[in-house]
Amino acid sequence: MTTAIQPREASEKVDLWLRMYRQMVAIRQFEAQVNELYTRALMPGLAHLYIGEEAVAVGVCEALERTDYITSTHRGHGHCLAKGASPDRMFAELLGKKAGYCKGKGGSMHIADPATGNLGANAIVCGSAGIATGAAFSARCLGNGRVAVCFFGEGALGQGVLYEEMNLAQLFKLPVIYVCENNLYTEYTHYSETTAGDILMRATAFGLEAASVDGQDVRAVHAIAQRLVDRARRGDGPRFLLCNTYRYHGHHVGDINREYYRSKQEEQTWKTERDPIANFGKWLVEQKLADLATLDRLQTDLEAEMKKAVDFAVAAPYPTIDEVDDDVYA
Amino acid sequence: MPETHLHAQNDRELTFAQAIREALAEEMRRDPTVFILGEDVAEAGTPFKVLSGLLEEFGKDRVLDTPISEAGFTGLAVGAAMTGMRPVVDIMFGDFITLTMDQMVNQAAKVHYMSGGKWRVPMVMRTTMGATRRSAAQHSQSLHAWFCHVPGLKVVLPSTPYDAKGLLKAAIRDENPVVFFEDKMMYKLKGSVPADDYTVPLGVADVKRVGGDITLVATSSMVQVALSAATLLEEIGISAEVVDPRTMWPLDEKTLIESAKKTSRAIVLDEGYERYGVTAELASVIATGAFYDLDAPVKRMGAMHVPIPFSPPLEDVTVPTEQTVFEAARALCGR
Repeated sequence: MTTAIQPREASEKVDLWLRMYRQMVAIRQFEAQVNELYTRALMPGLAHLYIGEEAVAVGVCEALERTDYITSTHRGHGHCLAKGASPDRMFAELLGKKAGYCKGKGGSMHIADPATGNLGANAIVCGSAGIATGAAFSARCLGNGRVAVCFFGEGALGQGVLYEEMNLAQLFKLPVIYVCENNLYTEYTHYSETTAGDILMRATAFGLEAASVDGQDVRAVHAIAQRLVDRARRGDGPRFLLCNTYRYHGHHVGDINREYYRSKQEEQTWKTERDPIANFGKWLVEQKLADLATLDRLQTDLEAEMKKAVDFAVAAPYPTIDEVDDDVYA
Repeated sequence: MPETHLHAQNDRELTFAQAIREALAEEMRRDPTVFILGEDVAEAGTPFKVLSGLLEEFGKDRVLDTPISEAGFTGLAVGAAMTGMRPVVDIMFGDFITLTMDQMVNQAAKVHYMSGGKWRVPMVMRTTMGATRRSAAQHSQSLHAWFCHVPGLKVVLPSTPYDAKGLLKAAIRDENPVVFFEDKMMYKLKGSVPADDYTVPLGVADVKRVGGDITLVATSSMVQVALSAATLLEEIGISAEVVDPRTMWPLDEKTLIESAKKTSRAIVLDEGYERYGVTAELASVIATGAFYDLDAPVKRMGAMHVPIPFSPPLEDVTVPTEQTVFEAARALCGR
């Protein structure tokens, strides 16, 4: 009996791993195009790139159902894509086009998509902790079995509202998972200069089960996220997951000269030794689950797909000016 | 044409607080997604006892006591509203809205627009306003102008038990975040309220008293002040019309302008700070819309530009009274 089940389980795992690899590459290729759009002055405003942190969004979102909720951050493209958003409508939103997810009214920092449970990216640091907690409250009241994931950077640890929400979530036993992405820098300041004490203890103080994981290891992120999601879903209350990761680029696309807050050597070390995609690809090849040629082809295919999505967005029309005061009120 | 509620057969005399409670109870019976969230709302029924009895009928899952975390539970309400519930948040004192500002201004007010109309936030924030309760500077302010300034929010200021019930029911059924300001000093005010299900639409002003010589546009507690002043004015032969916008946004500009055109004089009364306050907006609407019919500049009367003092004789001079309104109206009419 067990021998009959094992191969199927293994193949499901392999499907998951390959899907996660693909998603991580997709996010990186997406972000590479964003950087390109900014450099070519085709994109209004700024964007905050997720490159280097892909394993967090993918590992966590792969543990969720489509109907589960997420809230995202100013560095949110990865979360939105990992939850199922399409690149073409994402790019359209980034360029302020009507075909975008928010009809061009939100932009890079506000992608929202009810179809994939995305309650919205938020440009206020920790701004969505309440929204995610409230979505979990609805899930509990309506008994629909959904969970909510609140993504936030370690900078949000400085906001008092996070602790108000964790307190409420624990008191009401809400199915919400607070996912802290510690990419080491709150904008241009090392997190150790802004964060006193122990991060996990901030969650355990409220009675939340809290765990920490290598955020560059997508299999590890997924495994722990799945455990926390399952427990939250079955009614055990809120959970906290700390993902230790690194952003390769600046705080935003225009943050080029970074040596006053971190060294090139440090960046290089993370890129060469801790890259979530390269390391996972290497592992897949070693385990003979994929061959290099297939992974390379995936890379090329996704690059082409992203370019096509960019073309769609560039060609898409802007909203007409009479739409400026639509949707202020429902 | 807006009409002041007239006595009908099935009306009862209810206090303002009872009308609020009845509106909540009726909406909670009608719609299982409506729930109440706030500090001491359950067993205590709030310090003003506005919610007494709701816990007994609806239970702890729908009348929820929270920690003293205004930002926290307001934020929770925004998320709950986006995902299928209809929260009614209770902020005990209007002064505490400062603690909810990011949740209301950057989240609740923006979600619908930023998402291109995809997400909605059908929530109500009930809070209080009003001075002269001897509560000093942090429990006496009328800060409704702040929310009026923000697109995406609706702001309601009821002045009678009838309006309070009908407007609150409309606010709960609205698809947008609505902030509902109740004057603490009016909770015991009595008035006629129908037993039937009714709503008062947001954005429709009400002429509380018909007159021909001067228009007194008044909000919330200032409606009673204006009505008392109108009685004094009647004695010296000045006929004052009292118009209550009832909602600051949406704003029934037409009724305000028509009344000012008819009387040719207007005073705008509000308990919020006069400087940069809602009286400025209302006066501007009238000054622009009734310009050719006005015989005097539109006058504004609001709270003095001081933190509300504790000492009773000091506190009493910070807000308009029937006497100050009477004198201002008389002067404006050249008597």
